[in-house]
Amino acid sequence: MKLKSLVLAACIAGLAGGASADTVKVGMITTLSGGGAGLGIDVRDGFMLAVKQAGNDKLEVIIEDDQRKPDIAVQLADKMIQSEKVDVMTGIIWSNLAMAVIPGAVAQGKFYLSPNAGPSALAGRGCNPLYFNVAWQNDNLHEGAGAYSNSAGYKNSFILAPNYPAGQDALTGYKRQYKGELAGELLTDLGQTDYASEIAQIRASGADSVFFFLPGGMGISFLKQYADSGVDIPVVGPAFSFDQGILQAVGDAALGVVNTSQWGKDLDNDANKAFVESFQAEFGRLPSLYASQGFDTANLLLSAMGKADISDVAAFQAALEEADFASTRGDFKFNTNHHPVQDIYVREVIKEGDVYTNKIIGTALEDHADVYASECKM
Amino acid sequence: MSPILLAEQLLNGIQLGVMLFVMAAGLTLVFGVMGLINLAHGSLFMVGAFAAAAVAGATGSFLLALVAALAAAAAAGALIEVLVIRRLYARDHLDQVLATFALILIFSEGTRWIFGSFPLYLNIPDYLSGPVTLPGGIQYPLYRLTLIGIGLAIAAGLFALISKTRLGIQIRAGENDREMIAALGVDISKLYTIVFALGAALAGLAGALVGAIQSVQVGMGEPVLILAFVVIVIGGIGSIKGALIAALLVGLTDTLGGVLLPQVFRFFMDGATASSAGSALASMLIYILMAVVLIWKPTGLFGARA
Repeated sequence: MKLKSLVLAACIAGLAGGASADTVKVGMITTLSGGGAGLGIDVRDGFMLAVKQAGNDKLEVIIEDDQRKPDIAVQLADKMIQSEKVDVMTGIIWSNLAMAVIPGAVAQGKFYLSPNAGPSALAGRGCNPLYFNVAWQNDNLHEGAGAYSNSAGYKNSFILAPNYPAGQDALTGYKRQYKGELAGELLTDLGQTDYASEIAQIRASGADSVFFFLPGGMGISFLKQYADSGVDIPVVGPAFSFDQGILQAVGDAALGVVNTSQWGKDLDNDANKAFVESFQAEFGRLPSLYASQGFDTANLLLSAMGKADISDVAAFQAALEEADFASTRGDFKFNTNHHPVQDIYVREVIKEGDVYTNKIIGTALEDHADVYASECKM
Repeated sequence: MSPILLAEQLLNGIQLGVMLFVMAAGLTLVFGVMGLINLAHGSLFMVGAFAAAAVAGATGSFLLALVAALAAAAAAGALIEVLVIRRLYARDHLDQVLATFALILIFSEGTRWIFGSFPLYLNIPDYLSGPVTLPGGIQYPLYRLTLIGIGLAIAAGLFALISKTRLGIQIRAGENDREMIAALGVDISKLYTIVFALGAALAGLAGALVGAIQSVQVGMGEPVLILAFVVIVIGGIGSIKGALIAALLVGLTDTLGGVLLPQVFRFFMDGATASSAGSALASMLIYILMAVVLIWKPTGLFGARA
């Protein structure tokens, strides 16, 4: 039966005159095992939820696990492009993996829709017509945190981030908006788990605020140790240390902490309400910002599929640029470098019943675009 | 830098050191007695933390969580000793590394399969939370002081075990001459299982204690494992005394290096470059320490065998 329908499909495709007339094959490479798996699983679940809701049988998705290793991501990308013949790629979480895969994929004529990583190298001179970032440029949320610090009246911030490119970008992003003095600036080890020495330095620095970018487990460790140290200087950071997946592991130590994000589960628009509700019904947990990014990525792709045929690259690119889909973020549009222009919100960690989550308490930056767009010549 | 900050950083270094010791003690015993390189020691650390988080979540008792961590890690240790490790004693180190690396993968994915991919919650109990004021006006978290106390107590207990008990005599004899103690009628395979389970239990306890102030997640044991290997190499393989001194040395070097080097660099370069270069060099410091010790004493500080 299956064979018969395959043959039939092939005949119809042949009659229509195009090899893969209108089926879009998506290759998703994301992190599903190892330390950072929570992020990849959320992106995948958000993406597949949108695919399921659309019920579009012209969309086929292949999912592979990169284990957070650049070499494996490159191998998987080669396999997907050469033997699976995918049309569109997506899924990568980490900027170093993105830099290993995306330039090669777009050079071979594949569309790449990034649901997370937004390294500056791909937003400025290295931008590409086939590369779209649906999440944010890496600096955006940190710039939002800097803007929030100004409005909160902070004059003397202590800032810290891991010693790797995205960490250095984070400090640069914060300083780009923040207008006060710096009480101290620290680069910690990537994957560091003990922050006793950094916290002692914060205590001795006389700072009036602390900005930190420590994604995943690093943020959990820092927040727990900070809360236990008795230092009570207010903390601000990007949403990466306060997403739905890790807040439960931090517990009370995160309560009241301010963080910046392009999305929140209480954003008041119909698409978001429906998304939060259906995600919870499907997976039994609240969505994180990563899940919302995966969901938006799939809906962007589906909207373009409704407007143009994937075989017509220019038309499909134009359809993606229109971004004519109901985003969980409300208004959504692309800048000239194919990165979002969007509001960055200020959120506060609260407890709803037994669950720790975020509540939007204000807007840090409106219609914010990244600074690299002017360098992008497409 | 003020004396108070320096004193606080010294305490931080000692605290890191004693926890490294608890982790490294089991590793060095297993290497010393059985000649086995056990890469899966970090997984036992993780098993302890997850068992503690699960039990603390179900019962709310931190003490029960510690007991569970000890029991779960010892049981996991005894199990892999009987099923896998036992077959490796006679093989060369490459086979041991391969097999125990496979155990890391099995433990990691098994843990994910049971507990999911998101980090678990494990926090310090209320009676140990918050800072205390030490003489001289130093504010220091009570829990970290407790960790130092527990670590030193374990060190004292291990010294007593090795030097005063029958098991300790067998362990020391096993390090010196395996064939001879077997010939003298000691059940060597039982001794190996006990030593392995003891080392595993210590790793599990360290995982639970440290997990309460860190993130309980899959793969949490591997970074500690590397430090523990540095400790046993510096201390001399098989020596508990060497492990203790090396652990304190590594803890203090790592903590003080990370604080002082960027400040030293600031004398001759600007702020951002100094903190970047200083922290880069600081993260190499313990390996430089290891290299220097090995040049000076190729078998480590207290190593007996070449």
